[in-house]
Amino acid sequence: MSILVYTESENGKFKKNAFEVASYAKAVADQMGTSATAISFNASENESLGAYGVSKVLNITNDTLNTFNAEAYAKAIAQAAEKEGTKIVVVSSSANSKFLAPILAAKLKAGYVPNVVAAPDSTEPLKVKRTAFSNKGFAHTEISTDIKIIGVSNNAFGLKENQADAAVEDFSPELGDGDFSVKSVNIDKVAGKVTIADAEVVVSGGRGLKGAENWGMIEELADVLGAATACSKPVSDMGWRPHGEHVGQTGKPVAANLYVAVGISGAIQHLAGVSASKTKVVINNDPEAPFFKAADYGIVGDAFEVVPKLVEKLKEFKAQNA
Amino acid sequence: MKILVCISNVPDTTSKINFTDNDTKFDTNGVQFVINPNDEFGLTRAMWFKEKQGATVHIATVGEATVEPTMRKALAIGADEGIRINVAPTDGYFVAEQLAAVVKNGEYDLVIAGRESIDYNGGMVPGILATMLGMNFVNTCISLEIEGDTATAIREIDGGKETVETSLPLVIGGQKGLVEESDLKIPNMRGIMMARKKALNVVEPVDATKATQDVSFDKPAPKGQVKLVDSVDELVDLLHNEAKVI
Ligand SMILES: Cc1cc2nc3c(=O)[nH]c(=O)nc-3n(C[C@H](O)[C@H](O)[C@H](O)COP(=O)(O)OP(=O)(O)OC[C@H]3O[C@@H](n4cnc5c(N)ncnc54)[C@H](O)[C@@H]3O)c2cc1C
Repeated sequence: MSILVYTESENGKFKKNAFEVASYAKAVADQMGTSATAISFNASENESLGAYGVSKVLNITNDTLNTFNAEAYAKAIAQAAEKEGTKIVVVSSSANSKFLAPILAAKLKAGYVPNVVAAPDSTEPLKVKRTAFSNKGFAHTEISTDIKIIGVSNNAFGLKENQADAAVEDFSPELGDGDFSVKSVNIDKVAGKVTIADAEVVVSGGRGLKGAENWGMIEELADVLGAATACSKPVSDMGWRPHGEHVGQTGKPVAANLYVAVGISGAIQHLAGVSASKTKVVINNDPEAPFFKAADYGIVGDAFEVVPKLVEKLKEFKAQNA
Repeated sequence: MKILVCISNVPDTTSKINFTDNDTKFDTNGVQFVINPNDEFGLTRAMWFKEKQGATVHIATVGEATVEPTMRKALAIGADEGIRINVAPTDGYFVAEQLAAVVKNGEYDLVIAGRESIDYNGGMVPGILATMLGMNFVNTCISLEIEGDTATAIREIDGGKETVETSLPLVIGGQKGLVEESDLKIPNMRGIMMARKKALNVVEPVDATKATQDVSFDKPAPKGQVKLVDSVDELVDLLHNEAKVI
């Protein structure tokens, strides 16, 4: 009956969202008078989930699962759910979780609600608050199936420490060749760079930067803030930046603690995708730019003057506060 | 190759969102509806398979008669035939089950859906549909090549991309990247004229699960006034001491 939470890891290390979904699962477990059980794949330091209230971890050790495979992972989670008699499964909003959750939903005949931003409104019936219309609104959604899947939005619930002793058990799902019919042949990923999905801070550039050659100062700003870099849609359409950096309604969603927009006008499609960020800073030379209406802090000025100064100031600040 | 493109009918991206009936319904008043942008990339990729590899392309939409203008637009872009499942698309699981029935009857080799619809952002239809029918599935797909029965796809992952190999029958959740923005087709006069004569078959829904229901809606709290500052010193100070984000 416990709440089952899929805790993601990469090269054995838990991702930050693993601790966030674990925190969420513990909150649901408390509301329902039960406990939180995690399922992990080839993870080390499974005990660390205890800090967020997980009291049991089903850890899978299996070399064929070193690379994420949506079908095989979903099947393993479904088997764990069955074994535990789970009624609620919690996943994150990462690309991988959003890939496997619908597969899992079909396997468990479970209603699935993604983009959930808060602990359930109620548990009987189970009702959750989620974003809709690309962050322009919220829906309160009831799930009526026997088994239910909740997808938690990035950075919405946060990490909640809640010390428990996590008992780690080995779990061996039954998988066959048929579960690997989508085969990974190559992964192209820059090592050591913060991704937009994981970043606490995102620095984003728009058409106001005039050309690909001017991104040096954006990278520097991102560097001193430990931020991921992003861009507006036309910037990726023109090939100034890779498509993977395009954020907004038709690109990646951003839910960072701090979003810094440089030379971006703030079109409704852009705002929709980034408005879930907590603090927004806008640097734009046009005081009428619509983004100022959606921002917390702004500087009206030429990016080519403001950004280098900001980089210098932040370096100074870091040196003082180190 | 027989391709089905699933088209979702969604509010134009510039739409202001409002709710009615005591905040229990989306207010469609004055809203312009369009082909879901993620689906539009998929539809254009399907047109490429039609032109270069002789594929047949059908479209399907779960929706009442009001979705037909959007479907006609997809036919004007070049799809051969449309199927409308005559019921309101209230829940992702339910929509996937409706489409699964169409895919089974039509024996499609490839189903192209969007990563998510930009209205309810469920992102579950392609994955549930694929799993119900035992078809292979690739999500957030940004490139797709088909050679005989073999498919090579690239999917976007957090921080990069992954190339995968699989086989037909296949379902993808597509998005921008499947084709370039500049390749998106705007229907021309001839396409629009031809679309009027293309078959748009209406089928009745099958019995299906309603797994979830939106009981009410609300909007984000209005944003407070922006604080405009003159210097980077002031900005850094506010970010540190007020917003506490650095
Ligand atoms: C279906 C659809 C989907 C879309 N989806 C997205 C999406 O997901 N994401 C997205 O971003 N867009 C999206 N768009 C595009 C969106 O409508 C805007 O066109 C786009 O966001 C504008 O990008 P921008 O702000 O970089 O460019 P612009 O609108 O050209 O703005 C450039 C800004 O830079 C400022 N500027 C110029 N020079 C300087 C300088 N020296 N210093 C400081 N500031 C300067 C200008 O004042 C201006 O505000 C979509 C559009 C459509 C139709």
